[in-house]
Amino acid sequence: MNLLLTIVLAFLTLFQQQEQEQKARQGTYAITNARIETVSDGTIENGTIVIQGDRIIAVGKNVVIPPGAEIIDGTGMRVYPGMIDSGTSLGLTEIGSIAETDDTNEIGDITPHMDALTAINPNATAIPVTRLSGVTTVISEPAGGMFPGTAAMINLFGYTAEQMQAGNAKMLILQFPVKRTGGGFGGGGGGRFGNRSDSDPEEEYKKAMAKLNEVWDRAELYNRIEEAYAANPQGKERPVYAPEMDAIRPVLAGSRTLMVKVDEEAAILAALEWVKTRKIQKVVFSGVSEGWRVADKLAEAGISCLVGPMLATPTRGSDRYDRAYANVGLLANAGVKVAIRSGESENVRNLPFNAGFAAAYGLGKEAALRAVTLAPAEMFGIDNDFGSLSVGKKANLFISDGDPFETSTNILALFIDGFNVPIESRHLDLYKEFLDRDAGRLKPVEVLPAGN
Amino acid sequence: MKIKLFIVALGLSLVGHSVSAQDVLIRHATVLTITKGTLADTDVLIRDGIIAEIGKGLRAPRGIEEVDATGQFLMPGIIDAHSHIALSSVNEGSSPVTAEVTMEDVVDPYDIGIYRALAGGVTTSHTMHGSANVIGGQNETIKHRYGKTDPDDLRFVGAPRTIKFALGENPTRSHGRRGSQGGGGIVPATRMGVEQVLRSSFENGKRYMEAWDAYRLAVKTNPRAVSPEYNDRLEVMADILRGEILVHCHSYRADEIAMLMRVLKDFGVTKVTFQHANEAFKVAPELAEFGASASVFADWWSYKMEVYYSTAYNAAILMRNGVLTSINSDSGELNRHLYHEAAKSQRYGGLTDDEALSMITINPATQLGIQDRVGSIEIGKDGDVALYDSHPLSVYAIPMQTYVDGKKYFDRLTDADDMRIQVSPTASFSSYETQITGKDHFHGDNEIIDFEDLFGVAAEATTSTSTSN
Repeated sequence: MNLLLTIVLAFLTLFQQQEQEQKARQGTYAITNARIETVSDGTIENGTIVIQGDRIIAVGKNVVIPPGAEIIDGTGMRVYPGMIDSGTSLGLTEIGSIAETDDTNEIGDITPHMDALTAINPNATAIPVTRLSGVTTVISEPAGGMFPGTAAMINLFGYTAEQMQAGNAKMLILQFPVKRTGGGFGGGGGGRFGNRSDSDPEEEYKKAMAKLNEVWDRAELYNRIEEAYAANPQGKERPVYAPEMDAIRPVLAGSRTLMVKVDEEAAILAALEWVKTRKIQKVVFSGVSEGWRVADKLAEAGISCLVGPMLATPTRGSDRYDRAYANVGLLANAGVKVAIRSGESENVRNLPFNAGFAAAYGLGKEAALRAVTLAPAEMFGIDNDFGSLSVGKKANLFISDGDPFETSTNILALFIDGFNVPIESRHLDLYKEFLDRDAGRLKPVEVLPAGN
Repeated sequence: MKIKLFIVALGLSLVGHSVSAQDVLIRHATVLTITKGTLADTDVLIRDGIIAEIGKGLRAPRGIEEVDATGQFLMPGIIDAHSHIALSSVNEGSSPVTAEVTMEDVVDPYDIGIYRALAGGVTTSHTMHGSANVIGGQNETIKHRYGKTDPDDLRFVGAPRTIKFALGENPTRSHGRRGSQGGGGIVPATRMGVEQVLRSSFENGKRYMEAWDAYRLAVKTNPRAVSPEYNDRLEVMADILRGEILVHCHSYRADEIAMLMRVLKDFGVTKVTFQHANEAFKVAPELAEFGASASVFADWWSYKMEVYYSTAYNAAILMRNGVLTSINSDSGELNRHLYHEAAKSQRYGGLTDDEALSMITINPATQLGIQDRVGSIEIGKDGDVALYDSHPLSVYAIPMQTYVDGKKYFDRLTDADDMRIQVSPTASFSSYETQITGKDHFHGDNEIIDFEDLFGVAAEATTSTSTSN
């Protein structure tokens, strides 16, 4: 915090450069003399990292800089892999209260064929706002109902779905049933939002589980029919197309991850049992706010967890006040593989602060950094391209003037897919316009008399 | 025996009085006084709930509890200028003007949210009426004396009265706009209507005040003078005009902020704090000129149309333009890390440590009219302090202890996990309470609030976090 002046000056210098060069460009860049946090291979002091096209082509202390490379002097600065938020609705919604701008929730309870990638707006105002925090990649999720749709991993730069998609990582979302007792999850403890109804919570839960099993039975049957038909279509009638069943097939085939959204203790235990019984090959749990209660069981089952937000209150009034901060650390210490999610839409920029709180309350800084970089990349099989700074990986990285979780740190430059993306956002534009609003005015405005 | 007693008595008389539960000596802390700089390796002595001495190597009164804060940071207890914790209801949404109601009547001392706020170093909350009405109810300034069960024991005695106003989307939707969103088809449905509701309320209040003033004068010479009809709503309007009630106005857009300043100017009201005020940065010079202050979010935006053109640099722009600014929570989640919310003004606008911390201490204290009592570490001020393991503006800072009136109400190392005052005998063991950030489950708790605004749904203890933005 005493480096404030240096930070501001460095920031402004970079600012001016950006103003001349507004367009994101790929090319050959060499960031020199920087502290490089590779995540996969430790820290390199006074290191150089070379970017060519969309890839990192060199990282180390003594690397040859290709002729013609644009040199970025990283003295006193740090380079990190771009952060990954493992659970957001970024790009699917623009203004929370205006339904016309919200594409998260399709009609129906069973809509696994809804594809987030279709509705993500590459020009959402929140995307550049998010980039300024060092987040380069997010999972964006549909929501609502038991099978709300298919989430996608996206990079936060690009003009089409194809340009934004990060490593073809998609996840089928299952909102696991919860047994409501008193106030429901997210409910108001018996108030208007308490999910209070005349029906028996036990009955409701049984119905929901029966429904889930019925959907899965049908999907398995559909899959068997399709496979049988594909193996020998000769003389057989083509099976009727059921898009929602079809969307579940990649999970049954083991080629797509099932993302089970589950928070409450009893639901986590039920979900563990369910994925075991159903022999789900690729599965992660998301949310997991009461995971700390059953951390050993999650570890034993070897289920990776996308945990968060940390910046949340405890799920129960009787819980210790810091449970949400500490949850991910407790899980990791029990041996669960963890990644961090903000659960945000317009404020995904708070992902590094979620990670900072997680670090302070038991996860530790190194593990927290992994949980927003390499850990999620590994969970979704895209670690060949994303999650750390090593040769051959995609150039998704940022330069900062300090620890990116620390609140006062600024992100000075950011690369996505090798594009040097300008540090610009509406928030920054408004700052520049209004900090000294009337600087261009010669004399104060004349106040007219009333009654005209 | 008698001699022994005499010696004890002598000892007591030497220290002036016996040690009370409101006495503590915190030693070797880095003291962030806010108003008088940062003091390294300094002791702070609190006696009878008041800061008595600040200095190095203070002499310990006999028997006093000493806290070794070596390596730790002591700051004034945080003041949240916009909260809805400790309330059993929030919105009297039945009319565009309900000045007569007061949150004083609905303070809920059992709310676990009070303890959670303490666990973030917050010692005082301005717990407010909701935003359904143009002129809502009066608010209550409370100290977090968690454990007291008489609501009156939480009152910040001596704090000025304040009242909630609200402009923009919430009152127009709650009252004017018909349809599924609940409005009743009465003025206001537009920001123009909001202005006229304000103007007529003030004009009626003014006439009422003048009628009573005239009567009180007349009755001195004419005992048979007839008094005007008593009206509790207009009594409150008159008190606002007399400067006895501070206006705290829910607002977002620059135009509506400018409008209220014009109205207040016309009626001679000088003290106003714009709450939320996401677009205050656009009229920062006008706010500074009026002497109005702003109490804003660190980074909330985009959850509704009127906060779409926001910037997280709002607080920094306001501070740099000379507007007295605070950062508030409006949330039972955010209020637990207001120190972190204040720190965001360093990323978004490069404010200094003292500037950032002033926005959660002395500035909100000034906005609530309690700056002579709290908001900084100075001799004579209330012993409301919070101890952190590292600098509170660091994301890694952990609040360790919190004191109100010199009494410890939070201790990270010794408090039990379950700190509820009252465990409901009817709740089942696994009963699930509100997931407070909400954002995951409903799109933004903002919308819950809006429903509360519309229907006046009581905020349960467990939904203490529900906001009213």
